[in-house]
Amino acid sequence: MTFRSLAIALLLVAGVAHAADAPSVKANGGWLRVLPGNLPAGGYVSFENVSDRTVSIVGASSPDYASAMIHRSSTDGGMGRMEMVDSVPLPPKGKVAFSPGGYHVMLMDSKHPVKPGDRIMVTFELSDGENLPVTFLARPANATGPTD
Amino acid sequence: MKPSFSRRARWALLLLIALVCLGGCQRDPQPAWKLTDVSGHLPDLDFRLTDDNGKAVTGADFKGKVTLMYFGYTHCPDVCPLTLTQLHVVLDRLGPQADNVRILFVSVDPKRDTPEIMHAYVNAFDKRAVGLVGSDADVEALAKRYRSAFTREPDRGDGAYDVSHSSAIYFFDATGKARLLATPSTSQDDMVHDLHLLTSLGAQP
Repeated sequence: MTFRSLAIALLLVAGVAHAADAPSVKANGGWLRVLPGNLPAGGYVSFENVSDRTVSIVGASSPDYASAMIHRSSTDGGMGRMEMVDSVPLPPKGKVAFSPGGYHVMLMDSKHPVKPGDRIMVTFELSDGENLPVTFLARPANATGPTD
Repeated sequence: MKPSFSRRARWALLLLIALVCLGGCQRDPQPAWKLTDVSGHLPDLDFRLTDDNGKAVTGADFKGKVTLMYFGYTHCPDVCPLTLTQLHVVLDRLGPQADNVRILFVSVDPKRDTPEIMHAYVNAFDKRAVGLVGSDADVEALAKRYRSAFTREPDRGDGAYDVSHSSAIYFFDATGKARLLATPSTSQDDMVHDLHLLTSLGAQP
């Protein structure tokens, strides 16, 4: 093995190790809106792709809810509607916010009563095969964000 | 001395000018609205529905209050809560005048939204919000009256479904006249500004 190929091999190993250690996507400010009864709750969070390639969010699940789906609301032409989204691409070194009126994770059928102040775990599935666990703070129905 | 024709004509002209001016000056100056002014373009507040306490109500029951009408449904996890939260923040910013304002949240999902569910839902946002339910036909008639639209989307397979609905917020003055139109993306500053004006109009006899 030449010195050069050894160096490349080492770099590759280092690269793989790096990818395994540091997640490609960071999340912060996760919160969800608690509605009365067992109505579906919208969850919001900011994602930052710290890698050099596009990584997409391709799924979500929570141990506290029977189902979690990624949705996007739009009010095009004065009509408010929601659509299910299969994949939310995060551009390299880019940020995408899930926020009211846009992307959100819709959490349905809570397995236990969720009240403001509770912390709920939602795991996002990424297109690079990684799973990204994110803590969401349960907030009152009329909250405007993760904090007042 | 008998006034000449020209003098009489001059008087008549002056009188006419005075009357025109008086007419013009007597009319309230049009408030400088920030939102879309729909005065005269949409019908007065009128409906027969059931409120979130299970009581039959009509538009006339809200005379004396400025009302903000919005069509939505409780299984809507994003835009409806966002809109109701915005209206809550706007009313809090309005201060004591907000006591003269009611949010009317009309369900476009009569199948799932009972008065009990609506009661818990609207009160989670604002104590000045009233949930209104009715039969399919009554709600459809009301939506049509205000050129609003809603469509039940196909079932997602597990009995869950979404309802696409018009996102307009209709502002009525204290006499029940349609005055302004806003959307969930309207700035809160503009809504507070116009509600100050609208509740002041309502305070006049």
